[in-house]
Amino acid sequence: MLGCFLWIGISFSTQAQEKGYSVGDKASDFELKNVDGKMVSLSGLKDAKGAIVIFSCNTCPYVVAYEDRMIALHQKYESLGYPLIAINPNDDKVSPKDSFENMQKRAKDKNFPFAYVHDKKQEVIKSYGGSRTPHVFLLRKEDNDYVVKYIGAIDNNHQDASSVTEKYLENALDAVLSGNEVALKTTKAIGCTIKWTKP
Amino acid sequence: MKPIPKISVFAFILFAAWISTASVWKADGFKVIDFDEFESITKTPSEKIRMFNFWATWCAPCVKEMPDFEKVNAQDPEVELMFISLDDGNKTQRVQEFIQKRGIKAPVFLLDDVDYNKWIDKVSSNWSGAIPATLFISADGTRFFHEGELNEKQLKYLIKKIKQGHNEK
Repeated sequence: MLGCFLWIGISFSTQAQEKGYSVGDKASDFELKNVDGKMVSLSGLKDAKGAIVIFSCNTCPYVVAYEDRMIALHQKYESLGYPLIAINPNDDKVSPKDSFENMQKRAKDKNFPFAYVHDKKQEVIKSYGGSRTPHVFLLRKEDNDYVVKYIGAIDNNHQDASSVTEKYLENALDAVLSGNEVALKTTKAIGCTIKWTKP
Repeated sequence: MKPIPKISVFAFILFAAWISTASVWKADGFKVIDFDEFESITKTPSEKIRMFNFWATWCAPCVKEMPDFEKVNAQDPEVELMFISLDDGNKTQRVQEFIQKRGIKAPVFLLDDVDYNKWIDKVSSNWSGAIPATLFISADGTRFFHEGELNEKQLKYLIKKIKQGHNEK
Protein backbone atom coordinates (compact mmCIF):
# COMPACT_ATOMS: atom_id res chain seq x y z
CA MET A 1 0.00 0.00 0.00
CA LEU A 2 2.72 2.41 0.95
CA GLY A 3 4.62 1.63 -2.19
CA CYS A 4 1.69 2.71 -4.28
CA PHE A 5 2.44 6.09 -5.72
CA LEU A 6 -0.12 8.33 -7.22
CA TRP A 7 1.13 9.89 -10.40
CA ILE A 8 -0.20 13.23 -11.38
CA GLY A 9 1.04 14.76 -14.56
CA ILE A 10 1.81 18.16 -13.21
CA SER A 11 4.92 19.81 -11.99
CA PHE A 12 5.61 23.31 -10.84
CA SER A 13 9.03 24.91 -10.76
CA THR A 14 10.78 21.58 -10.96
CA GLN A 15 12.68 22.06 -14.19
CA ALA A 16 15.44 19.62 -14.94
CA GLN A 17 14.39 17.31 -12.16
CA GLU A 18 13.68 14.28 -14.32
CA LYS A 19 16.37 15.06 -16.89
CA GLY A 20 20.11 15.22 -16.61
CA TYR A 21 22.89 12.69 -16.41
CA SER A 22 23.05 9.23 -14.96
CA VAL A 23 26.26 7.47 -14.03
CA GLY A 24 27.91 6.26 -17.25
CA ASP A 25 26.71 9.19 -19.35
CA LYS A 26 29.09 11.51 -21.17
CA ALA A 27 29.00 14.98 -19.65
CA SER A 28 29.11 18.01 -21.92
CA ASP A 29 31.91 20.52 -21.65
CA PHE A 30 31.18 24.09 -20.59
CA GLU A 31 32.89 27.43 -20.60
CA LEU A 32 32.02 29.55 -17.58
CA LYS A 33 33.50 32.63 -15.99
CA ASN A 34 35.59 32.08 -12.90
CA VAL A 35 35.77 34.53 -9.98
CA ASP A 36 39.20 35.62 -11.30
CA GLY A 37 37.56 36.72 -14.56
CA LYS A 38 39.06 33.89 -16.65
CA MET A 39 36.97 31.32 -18.48
CA VAL A 40 37.04 27.73 -17.19
CA SER A 41 36.24 24.62 -19.21
CA LEU A 42 36.77 20.89 -18.78
CA SER A 43 38.89 20.71 -21.93
CA GLY A 44 41.00 23.58 -20.61
CA LEU A 45 42.06 21.69 -17.48
CA LYS A 46 45.78 20.94 -17.75
CA ASP A 47 46.92 17.37 -17.11
CA ALA A 48 43.53 16.50 -15.66
CA LYS A 49 42.26 12.93 -15.56
CA GLY A 50 38.82 14.18 -14.75
CA ALA A 51 37.07 16.70 -12.55
CA ILE A 52 34.97 17.03 -9.42
CA VAL A 53 32.08 19.22 -10.50
CA ILE A 54 29.99 20.53 -7.59
CA PHE A 55 26.92 22.70 -8.04
CA SER A 56 27.35 25.19 -5.26
CA CYS A 57 26.43 28.71 -4.18
CA ASN A 58 27.12 31.36 -1.54
CA THR A 59 23.93 31.11 0.43
CA CYS A 60 23.03 27.51 1.18
CA PRO A 61 23.95 26.45 4.74
CA TYR A 62 24.74 22.93 3.50
CA VAL A 63 27.26 24.36 1.05
CA VAL A 64 28.77 26.57 3.75
CA ALA A 65 29.08 23.50 5.98
CA TYR A 66 31.05 21.76 3.22
CA GLU A 67 33.32 24.60 2.04
CA ASP A 68 36.32 23.55 4.13
CA ARG A 69 35.89 19.95 3.01
CA MET A 70 35.69 21.13 -0.61
CA ILE A 71 38.97 23.00 -0.16
CA ALA A 72 40.60 19.87 1.33
CA LEU A 73 39.24 17.68 -1.48
CA HIS A 74 40.71 19.99 -4.12
CA GLN A 75 44.05 20.13 -2.32
CA LYS A 76 44.19 16.36 -2.09
CA TYR A 77 42.91 15.40 -5.54
CA GLU A 78 44.03 18.18 -7.90
CA SER A 79 47.57 16.83 -7.99
CA LEU A 80 46.13 13.37 -8.70
CA GLY A 81 44.37 14.76 -11.77
CA TYR A 82 40.98 15.60 -10.30
CA PRO A 83 40.57 19.33 -9.66
CA LEU A 84 37.35 20.60 -8.11
CA ILE A 85 35.16 23.06 -10.00
CA ALA A 86 32.35 24.71 -8.06
CA ILE A 87 29.52 25.99 -10.25
CA ASN A 88 26.98 28.48 -8.93
CA PRO A 89 23.76 28.06 -10.93
CA ASN A 90 21.53 30.41 -8.91
CA ASP A 91 19.81 33.39 -10.48
CA ASP A 92 20.93 36.54 -8.71
CA LYS A 93 17.59 38.25 -9.22
CA VAL A 94 15.93 35.48 -7.22
CA SER A 95 18.85 35.19 -4.80
CA PRO A 96 20.88 38.44 -4.79
CA LYS A 97 23.48 37.04 -2.40
CA ASP A 98 24.44 34.58 -5.14
CA SER A 99 25.59 37.33 -7.52
CA PHE A 100 28.96 37.10 -9.27
CA GLU A 101 30.33 39.91 -7.07
CA ASN A 102 29.29 38.00 -3.97
CA MET A 103 30.89 34.85 -5.39
CA GLN A 104 34.14 36.78 -5.76
CA LYS A 105 33.82 38.00 -2.18
CA ARG A 106 33.14 34.50 -0.83
CA ALA A 107 36.03 33.01 -2.83
CA LYS A 108 38.35 35.67 -1.46
CA ASP A 109 37.14 35.36 2.15
CA LYS A 110 37.54 31.59 2.11
CA ASN A 111 40.62 31.68 -0.12
CA PHE A 112 39.17 29.05 -2.45
CA PRO A 113 41.99 27.19 -4.22
CA PHE A 114 39.51 25.82 -6.78
CA ALA A 115 37.65 27.47 -9.66
CA TYR A 116 34.31 28.98 -8.65
CA VAL A 117 32.34 29.73 -11.80
CA HIS A 118 28.96 31.22 -12.60
CA ASP A 119 26.39 29.33 -14.68
CA LYS A 120 24.47 32.51 -15.41
CA LYS A 121 22.36 31.04 -18.21
CA GLN A 122 21.66 27.90 -16.14
CA GLU A 123 22.49 25.77 -19.18
CA VAL A 124 25.07 23.62 -17.40
CA ILE A 125 22.88 22.82 -14.41
CA LYS A 126 20.06 21.87 -16.79
CA SER A 127 22.18 19.59 -18.95
CA TYR A 128 23.77 17.93 -15.91
CA GLY A 129 20.46 17.67 -14.06
CA GLY A 130 21.65 19.22 -10.84
CA SER A 131 18.71 19.69 -8.51
CA ARG A 132 20.17 21.09 -5.31
CA THR A 133 23.27 22.63 -3.78
CA PRO A 134 25.63 21.02 -3.05
CA HIS A 135 25.29 18.38 -5.79
CA VAL A 136 28.40 16.47 -6.89
CA PHE A 137 29.17 15.05 -10.36
CA LEU A 138 32.46 13.15 -10.54
CA LEU A 139 33.78 12.97 -14.09
CA ARG A 140 36.56 10.81 -15.52
CA LYS A 141 38.25 11.72 -18.78
CA GLU A 142 38.09 8.83 -21.22
CA ASP A 143 39.74 9.79 -24.52
CA ASN A 144 38.07 13.12 -25.17
CA ASP A 145 34.92 12.41 -23.21
CA TYR A 146 34.05 13.18 -19.62
CA VAL A 147 32.18 10.18 -18.25
CA VAL A 148 30.04 10.54 -15.13
CA LYS A 149 31.28 8.16 -12.43
CA TYR A 150 29.42 9.31 -9.33
CA ILE A 151 26.48 11.62 -8.57
CA GLY A 152 25.37 12.77 -5.15
CA ALA A 153 26.60 13.95 -1.79
CA ILE A 154 30.12 14.58 -0.47
CA ASP A 155 29.67 12.43 2.64
CA ASN A 156 27.04 11.39 5.17
CA ASN A 157 27.29 14.15 7.78
CA HIS A 158 27.15 17.79 6.72
CA GLN A 159 26.94 19.00 10.33
CA ASP A 160 30.14 17.51 11.65
CA ALA A 161 33.07 16.41 9.50
CA SER A 162 34.51 14.39 12.39
CA SER A 163 31.31 12.31 12.63
CA VAL A 164 31.35 11.26 8.98
CA THR A 165 31.21 7.48 8.60
CA GLU A 166 30.88 7.30 4.81
CA LYS A 167 33.02 9.47 2.55
CA TYR A 168 30.99 8.88 -0.60
CA LEU A 169 32.94 11.19 -2.90
CA GLU A 170 36.40 10.26 -1.65
CA ASN A 171 35.55 6.56 -1.92
CA ALA A 172 34.40 7.14 -5.50
CA LEU A 173 37.56 9.12 -6.31
CA ASP A 174 39.83 6.48 -4.81
CA ALA A 175 38.02 3.77 -6.79
CA VAL A 176 38.30 5.71 -10.05
CA LEU A 177 41.98 6.50 -9.40
CA SER A 178 42.81 2.86 -8.76
CA GLY A 179 40.85 1.74 -11.80
CA ASN A 180 38.12 0.05 -9.79
CA GLU A 181 34.37 0.20 -10.12
CA VAL A 182 32.74 2.83 -7.91
CA ALA A 183 30.79 0.83 -5.31
CA LEU A 184 28.20 3.45 -4.40
CA LYS A 185 27.43 5.36 -7.59
CA THR A 186 24.64 7.66 -6.43
CA THR A 187 23.61 9.10 -3.08
CA LYS A 188 21.09 11.65 -1.94
CA ALA A 189 21.27 14.44 0.61
CA ILE A 190 19.15 17.30 1.79
CA GLY A 191 20.14 20.49 0.05
CA CYS A 192 18.91 23.84 -1.15
CA THR A 193 16.78 24.19 -4.25
CA ILE A 194 18.25 25.74 -7.38
CA LYS A 195 17.09 29.34 -7.68
CA TRP A 196 15.76 29.16 -11.24
CA THR A 197 15.40 32.25 -13.38
CA LYS A 198 11.77 33.30 -13.42
CA PRO A 199 10.27 33.30 -16.91
CA MET B 1 -12.03 -21.85 17.70
CA LYS B 2 -14.62 -19.21 18.25
CA PRO B 3 -14.49 -16.60 15.46
CA ILE B 4 -13.30 -13.22 16.66
CA PRO B 5 -15.90 -10.53 16.02
CA LYS B 6 -14.81 -8.11 13.31
CA ILE B 7 -15.39 -5.14 15.50
CA SER B 8 -12.91 -6.31 18.11
CA VAL B 9 -10.27 -6.92 15.44
CA PHE B 10 -10.82 -3.38 14.23
CA ALA B 11 -10.65 -2.04 17.76
CA PHE B 12 -7.44 -3.95 18.36
CA ILE B 13 -5.83 -2.54 15.23
CA LEU B 14 -6.81 0.96 16.29
CA PHE B 15 -5.48 0.33 19.78
CA ALA B 16 -2.21 -1.09 18.43
CA ALA B 17 -1.81 1.89 16.13
CA TRP B 18 -2.51 4.21 19.04
CA ILE B 19 0.02 2.47 21.29
CA SER B 20 2.73 2.60 18.65
CA THR B 21 2.35 6.30 18.04
CA ALA B 22 0.95 7.61 21.31
CA SER B 23 4.36 8.82 22.46
CA VAL B 24 4.64 10.88 19.30
CA TRP B 25 1.17 12.37 19.37
CA LYS B 26 1.11 13.32 23.03
CA ALA B 27 3.45 16.16 22.32
CA ASP B 28 1.75 19.24 21.03
CA GLY B 29 3.46 21.88 19.00
CA PHE B 30 7.02 20.63 18.75
CA LYS B 31 8.97 17.42 19.04
CA VAL B 32 12.35 16.08 17.94
CA ILE B 33 11.99 12.73 16.20
CA ASP B 34 14.17 10.18 14.42
CA PHE B 35 13.33 8.62 11.06
CA ASP B 36 11.62 5.57 12.58
CA GLU B 37 9.29 7.86 14.48
CA PHE B 38 8.61 9.82 11.31
CA GLU B 39 7.70 6.60 9.49
CA SER B 40 5.37 5.53 12.27
CA ILE B 41 3.62 8.90 12.04
CA THR B 42 3.16 8.46 8.28
CA LYS B 43 1.75 4.97 8.86
CA THR B 44 -0.83 6.08 11.42
CA PRO B 45 -4.26 5.57 9.85
CA SER B 46 -6.08 8.80 9.07
CA GLU B 47 -9.28 9.77 7.30
CA LYS B 48 -7.61 12.89 5.97
CA ILE B 49 -5.06 13.71 3.31
CA ARG B 50 -1.93 14.31 5.36
CA MET B 51 0.63 16.81 4.15
CA PHE B 52 4.17 16.46 5.47
CA ASN B 53 6.00 19.63 4.51
CA PHE B 54 9.81 19.40 4.71
CA TRP B 55 11.40 22.74 5.59
CA ALA B 56 14.05 24.52 7.63
CA THR B 57 14.19 27.93 9.32
CA TRP B 58 17.07 29.05 7.09
CA CYS B 59 15.33 28.00 3.85
CA ALA B 60 13.78 31.13 2.32
CA PRO B 61 11.41 29.42 -0.17
CA CYS B 62 10.28 27.06 2.61
CA VAL B 63 9.47 29.90 4.98
CA LYS B 64 7.70 31.71 2.16
CA GLU B 65 5.28 28.87 1.44
CA MET B 66 4.39 28.06 5.06
CA PRO B 67 1.55 30.61 5.42
CA ASP B 68 -0.08 29.21 2.25
CA PHE B 69 0.06 25.71 3.71
CA GLU B 70 -1.42 26.90 7.01
CA LYS B 71 -4.18 28.76 5.18
CA VAL B 72 -5.20 25.74 3.12
CA ASN B 73 -4.99 23.55 6.22
CA ALA B 74 -7.36 25.91 8.07
CA GLN B 75 -9.83 26.08 5.17
CA ASP B 76 -10.03 22.44 4.14
CA PRO B 77 -11.25 20.02 6.85
CA GLU B 78 -10.18 17.05 4.70
CA VAL B 79 -6.46 17.80 4.99
CA GLU B 80 -4.06 17.65 7.91
CA LEU B 81 -0.74 19.49 7.89
CA MET B 82 2.49 18.61 9.66
CA PHE B 83 5.73 20.54 9.29
CA ILE B 84 8.88 18.40 9.26
CA SER B 85 11.84 20.58 10.17
CA LEU B 86 15.30 19.60 8.93
CA ASP B 87 17.04 22.13 11.12
CA ASP B 88 20.05 21.27 13.26
CA GLY B 89 18.91 18.90 16.02
CA ASN B 90 21.36 20.54 18.42
CA LYS B 91 19.71 23.92 17.96
CA THR B 92 16.05 23.23 18.66
CA GLN B 93 15.64 26.64 20.29
CA ARG B 94 15.89 28.27 16.88
CA VAL B 95 12.92 26.25 15.60
CA GLN B 96 10.84 26.79 18.73
CA GLU B 97 11.40 30.54 18.55
CA PHE B 98 10.43 30.50 14.89
CA ILE B 99 7.18 28.65 15.70
CA GLN B 100 6.32 31.22 18.36
CA LYS B 101 7.32 34.27 16.38
CA ARG B 102 5.45 33.21 13.25
CA GLY B 103 2.49 31.76 15.13
CA ILE B 104 2.78 28.38 13.41
CA LYS B 105 -0.35 26.37 14.22
CA ALA B 106 0.36 23.00 12.64
CA PRO B 107 2.49 20.54 14.63
CA VAL B 108 6.23 20.77 13.94
CA PHE B 109 8.52 17.74 14.14
CA LEU B 110 12.26 18.20 13.88
CA LEU B 111 13.58 15.15 12.02
CA ASP B 112 17.03 14.77 13.53
CA ASP B 113 18.92 12.38 11.26
CA VAL B 114 21.65 13.80 9.02
CA ASP B 115 22.47 10.46 7.39
CA TYR B 116 20.17 11.56 4.58
CA ASN B 117 21.07 8.97 1.99
CA LYS B 118 19.69 6.31 4.33
CA TRP B 119 16.17 7.71 4.35
CA ILE B 120 15.41 10.14 1.50
CA ASP B 121 14.38 7.32 -0.85
CA LYS B 122 12.10 5.90 1.86
CA VAL B 123 10.16 9.15 1.84
CA SER B 124 10.04 9.15 -1.95
CA SER B 125 12.28 7.88 -4.72
CA ASN B 126 11.24 11.05 -6.58
CA TRP B 127 12.89 13.29 -4.02
CA SER B 128 16.35 14.58 -4.95
CA GLY B 129 16.77 15.98 -1.43
CA ALA B 130 16.09 19.64 -2.15
CA ILE B 131 13.74 21.51 0.15
CA PRO B 132 11.01 22.66 0.29
CA ALA B 133 9.32 19.37 -0.52
CA THR B 134 5.97 17.89 0.51
CA LEU B 135 4.74 14.34 0.95
CA PHE B 136 0.97 13.84 0.64
CA ILE B 137 -0.65 10.67 1.96
CA SER B 138 -4.34 10.13 1.30
CA ALA B 139 -6.65 8.13 3.57
CA ASP B 140 -6.09 4.90 1.63
CA GLY B 141 -2.33 5.24 2.00
CA THR B 142 -1.65 6.47 -1.52
CA ARG B 143 1.41 8.72 -1.57
CA PHE B 144 2.21 11.66 -3.77
CA PHE B 145 5.43 13.64 -3.57
CA HIS B 146 6.20 17.16 -4.68
CA GLU B 147 9.66 18.71 -4.66
CA GLY B 148 9.84 22.49 -4.81
CA GLU B 149 7.82 25.46 -3.72
CA LEU B 150 4.01 25.60 -3.83
CA ASN B 151 1.75 28.61 -3.55
CA GLU B 152 -1.84 28.48 -2.29
CA LYS B 153 -3.34 28.00 -5.75
CA GLN B 154 -0.92 25.24 -6.71
CA LEU B 155 -1.41 23.48 -3.38
CA LYS B 156 -5.21 23.57 -3.73
CA TYR B 157 -4.94 22.22 -7.26
CA LEU B 158 -2.72 19.37 -6.08
CA ILE B 159 -5.09 18.49 -3.23
CA LYS B 160 -8.01 18.53 -5.69
CA LYS B 161 -6.13 16.13 -7.97
CA ILE B 162 -5.29 13.85 -5.05
CA LYS B 163 -8.96 13.81 -3.96
CA GLN B 164 -10.02 12.93 -7.52
CA GLY B 165 -7.45 10.17 -7.69
CA HIS B 166 -8.83 8.80 -4.46
CA ASN B 167 -12.45 8.88 -5.66
CA GLU B 168 -11.64 7.08 -8.89
CA LYS B 169 -10.63 3.94 -7.00
